[in-house]
Amino acid sequence: MLEWILSALIVIGAFFTLVGSIGLYKLPDFFMRLHGPTKATTLGVGAILIASVLYFSFTTSDISLHEVLITLFLFITAPISAHLMAKAALHIRLKRVGRTREPADN
Amino acid sequence: MREPVKKFFPHPVLTLVLWGVWLLLHDTVAPGHLVLGFILAFSISLLTSGFWEEKVCIRAPLILLRFLGIVLWDILVANVTVAKLILGRSGKLKPGFFYVELDIQTPVGISILANTISLTPGTVSCDLTEDRTRLLVHALHVEDIPAMVKQIKERYEAPLKEVFTEC
Repeated sequence: MLEWILSALIVIGAFFTLVGSIGLYKLPDFFMRLHGPTKATTLGVGAILIASVLYFSFTTSDISLHEVLITLFLFITAPISAHLMAKAALHIRLKRVGRTREPADN
Repeated sequence: MREPVKKFFPHPVLTLVLWGVWLLLHDTVAPGHLVLGFILAFSISLLTSGFWEEKVCIRAPLILLRFLGIVLWDILVANVTVAKLILGRSGKLKPGFFYVELDIQTPVGISILANTISLTPGTVSCDLTEDRTRLLVHALHVEDIPAMVKQIKERYEAPLKEVFTEC
């Protein structure tokens, strides 16, 4: 039973991480590509970490909580790096797809 | 808060977080690590207090918990939506930039709001205007910009504004 749950979680995590990478590859401009990897880290890595917590908590005598820290650091650093890259891209006026709607006023 | 307590614990939240992180790093609540972690958390927050001018106050922790729940749920739902968007025809996507007018004023509140926007799939916060009143957001696919702004304000900003107020 445990193995089924773990397998499901790992497959879900791998799937969303893969989707993130596909997004990075196929979306047309930098700003859209940015969405791929920042997203994959949330659900993709989240599911894999939950699997890790469950595995180590059930197979060893201790409860494994290292993963909580990984989640914490990831959730803090991923949006910040995305924000900085977006800011830099805005600064050098990187090209965006023509149909991108601009903010109402600048 | 009484004076001596304030003097030795300039940032009680920071001290608690550091202590918690230390214990999680070692994955133990052994007395030795409890003491060592406390000494580290205590001295680090005391030594770095000069860099943290702004006092962080967390009011209404229950609202904060509810907010975390909402965000986690939104991440779950929106991940599926974005996965569909990415795997679908990218020619159909309607990306866009838009500004979110901020009501929230504390720097901590603003950064958590920006983080939340970036974490929930489909939107990335790109820039904050210098006067800290507007946040520039890029959306992967947005049909109705005013509705999305309204959703961000109601779902994320309103609870954060209640939780993080100036002391």
